[in-house]
Amino acid sequence: MVKKEMIAMLLAGGQGSRLGVLTSRVAKPAVSFGSKYRIIDFPLSNCINSGVDTVGVLTQYQPLRLNTHIGIGIPWDLDRNIGGVTVLPPYEKSVHSEWYTGTANAIYQNIAYMESFNPEYVLILSGDHIYKMDYEVMLDFHKQNGAEVTIAVMPVPMEEAKRFGIMITDENRRVVDFEEKPEKPRSNLASMGIYIFNWKTLKEALLLNAEQSGLDFGKHIIPYCHKKGAPLYAYEFNGYWKDVGTLNSYWEANMELIDIVPEFNLYEEYWKIYTKCETLPPQYLAPDSIVERSIIGEGSEIYGKVYNSVIGCGVVVGEGTVIRDSIVMNSTEIGRNCELYKAIVAEEVTLEDNVKLGIGEEAPNETDPHIYNHGLVTIGEKSVIPKDVSIGKNTVVFGVTSTEDYKDNYLQSGRTLIKAGEEQ
Amino acid sequence: MKELTRKRAACAMPIAGSYRGIDFALSNMTNSHINKVAVFTQYNAGSLNEHLSSSKWWNFGRKQGGLYVFTPAVTAESSVWYRGTADAIAQNLSFLKNSHEPYVVISSGDCVYKMDYNKVLEYHIEKKADITVVCKEMESGANIERYGTIKMNEESRIEEFEEKPVVAKSNTISCGVYVIRRRQLIEMIEKSAEEDRHDFVKDILIRYKDIKRIFGYKIKDYWSNIATVEDYFNTNMDFLKPEIRNYFFRQYPDVYSRVDDNPPAKYNVGAKIRNSLISSGCIVNGTVEDSVIFKKTYIGNNCYIKNSIILNDVYIGDNTHIENCIVESRGTIRANSYYRGENGIEIVVEHNDRYVI
Repeated sequence: MVKKEMIAMLLAGGQGSRLGVLTSRVAKPAVSFGSKYRIIDFPLSNCINSGVDTVGVLTQYQPLRLNTHIGIGIPWDLDRNIGGVTVLPPYEKSVHSEWYTGTANAIYQNIAYMESFNPEYVLILSGDHIYKMDYEVMLDFHKQNGAEVTIAVMPVPMEEAKRFGIMITDENRRVVDFEEKPEKPRSNLASMGIYIFNWKTLKEALLLNAEQSGLDFGKHIIPYCHKKGAPLYAYEFNGYWKDVGTLNSYWEANMELIDIVPEFNLYEEYWKIYTKCETLPPQYLAPDSIVERSIIGEGSEIYGKVYNSVIGCGVVVGEGTVIRDSIVMNSTEIGRNCELYKAIVAEEVTLEDNVKLGIGEEAPNETDPHIYNHGLVTIGEKSVIPKDVSIGKNTVVFGVTSTEDYKDNYLQSGRTLIKAGEEQ
Repeated sequence: MKELTRKRAACAMPIAGSYRGIDFALSNMTNSHINKVAVFTQYNAGSLNEHLSSSKWWNFGRKQGGLYVFTPAVTAESSVWYRGTADAIAQNLSFLKNSHEPYVVISSGDCVYKMDYNKVLEYHIEKKADITVVCKEMESGANIERYGTIKMNEESRIEEFEEKPVVAKSNTISCGVYVIRRRQLIEMIEKSAEEDRHDFVKDILIRYKDIKRIFGYKIKDYWSNIATVEDYFNTNMDFLKPEIRNYFFRQYPDVYSRVDDNPPAKYNVGAKIRNSLISSGCIVNGTVEDSVIFKKTYIGNNCYIKNSIILNDVYIGDNTHIENCIVESRGTIRANSYYRGENGIEIVVEHNDRYVI
C-alpha cells in the first residue's frame, strides 16, 4: 500500500508578469537565478532536504523550459519508484474542463493525485521564492499544536506590512484573525504562501468551495477554515526569504549573492541547492581577464573584465568588454569591447562587438514604467543586438534586432524595443 | 605515478577541473551507442567506485545493457587477484559468454580522448580484421618507451608489436583501444588462460600477430595517457589551450561526468586570475596564473599560485606560494606556506587540520 506522511504541491503555473520579458517565454519558476540555478530549484531542494520525496508541480503558463528542467527529477533525487516529482498541467475532463483559475483551484483539480498517496499532511508551496527552509520542523510545529492548518509567516517591518497578507496571533501562535494588505496592520507577521494542511481538512475545504470562481488559498480556503473553527497556527520563520517578483528585487537578490559572506549562502554543505546542470567543464579566465566580486557558472570563458556581477554557465565574455553590476544568464555570448552597466541579460543572447548597455541619463520607461525601472537594462532571451549599438537606462530589448532598429545606433533611456512575438 | 595513485587508481584521477580519467572512455562508449559496459577494477578502487556509484551520468541506467563493475572475487574455482588484463576478462568470462552482441570494444580507462568506436568497427569489418588496434603516430623525439609500439605494412596490418621497447623501431604507439569479435575474444582468452598467460598485449596481441589478422587504425585527434606524473600534469595543462577546450568542451559530443552540485565559483575582492581553469564550488581570494583549479577549492587572501594543479576540495591558507606543484585532493595548506617544484613537478600532500570558515 502506498502511504506518504506528507506530500508537497508546488504552484509553478504563474507568469510573474512583473519580471517583464524575462517571463515572456518561460514561467517565473524557470527563470534563472544565482548563475546556475533556476528559481524552482530552491523549493525543490528544500523538499528533498526536508525529507519530502513526493512533489506535484502544477504548471500552466509556458511550461516547456520548466518541464525540461524538472525532467524525472534526477538532480533533486526525486526520481522515485513511488512518489518523486510529477508535473501536473491542467487537463481535459468529461465535464467542467478549465484552466487552473486560482491557487486552490489548481490543487482542487488534482485531488486524485494527492489521494493516490494517502497522505496525512499536504504542504502547499509556491515556486517563486528564494529561501532555505526545513519543512520537517514546520511539520513538527504543526503536529505539536494539533493544528489543522499551519501558515508559515515572517516578521516584516511594520511600514511594509501593508503589502502582505498579515496574520494576527495569540501568545501560542494560534491565528485569531488575518487581513489581506491592511491599511493599518495589527501585526507584522506576513504570510509566506507556505501552508501545511491536514489532508482531511484540505480535501473537505476544496470540495465544499469547488464552485467558487478563482478559488484561492489566501482569499477563500484559509478564511473558510478559520470560519469553521479549525485550529490555524502561524509558524514563524526568521531565515532569508526573498520574493523576486519584480525586476529590481530580482536584481538585488542576485547581487546579494556576491557579498563576501552572503546572507543567503550557497556554499553551506548541509543544505545544498540542487539544479539540473547541463554544462560541466570548468570556467576559463584568460590572461587579460579581471574578475572581482562575482560568481560565475561552469564552462564560461572570460576574456574581459567582470565586476560585481552574476554570470551564468557557458557564457563567453569577449576581450576588452567590461561588465559591472549585471546579471548575465546561461549561454549568452558577449563580443569584444562591450560595456554593461546594471543590465539583466537573459539566456542565449548575442551582444555583438562594441555594444553598450545602461548608459546616459535616467528616463522613465515609455510603456511599462512599473516593470522597467531603477535604471536597469533588460534584454530578453535569444535576443541579438548588433554591433556598435548603445542602449540607455530603464530600457528593454527583446528579439533579433538589426542596425535599422536603432536610430544613430542608439536606443534612448526609457525606450521599449520588442520585436519578438509571444510564440516564435 | 608516485604519491597520487596511493589514493586512487589512475582512471579515477581528476582531469581538467571537472572530470575523472574514466569519464572519457565511458562518454565515448555512450556516445558511440554502446549500452553494455563492463569496468574491470582492482587497484585502489575506492575513488573509482564512488565515482561510478550511479551509472545515470553516462546514460547507462538502462534495462537493456547497463554498467557493470567487476572486481576480483573469491569463487569456488579461484581466489586470485587479476593477474593481468587478459586474466581480468578471463575471470569474468561468463559475462562475455552470456552477452549476445557480436563485437567487443576494449579501452583503457586512463586515456583522455574522444572517439566514435563505430568508425573503428566499420574499419575493422572492412579490413576483415580479427583484431583492430587504435594507434597514433607520436611526434618524433617523444618519449614513447612506456607504450606499445607498432609497425604496420602498407595495408595497415600490424607486422611488429613491441611492448615498452627500450629502443623503439617505430613511433606509432598503441592507444590501448581494441575492437574484436566477441567469440574470437572468448576463444583467445580461454586459450591463454589454459596456458596460464594473463596479459592481453603480450600474450594475445604479440603472440597472435602473425596468425591472426591484426590491423592498426590510426587516429590524428587528441589522445593522451595520464599514467605518469609528467603526462598527467601536461594533459591537464593542455586544457588551457583554446583548441583543446573547444574540441572537448564545445564540440559535439559532450564528455559526461558525475554531477557534484557545487555552487558557482566565487571571486572576491583581490582575486586575480590569469590563463587558468577554475571549477565549480571554488572561492578565490588570491592570484592564480597558468593553473588548473579543481572543484571546491578555497584560495586565501594574498596567495600566489602559478603553473600548478590543485585537486578537489583543497583549502589554501592566506599568503601561500605554490609553484610547479600538484596539490593532492582534500589537502589543507596552512597560511604562509611556500612550495615550489624546483626540478619538475612537486607533489604536495598536506593534511593539516582545517579551520572551519
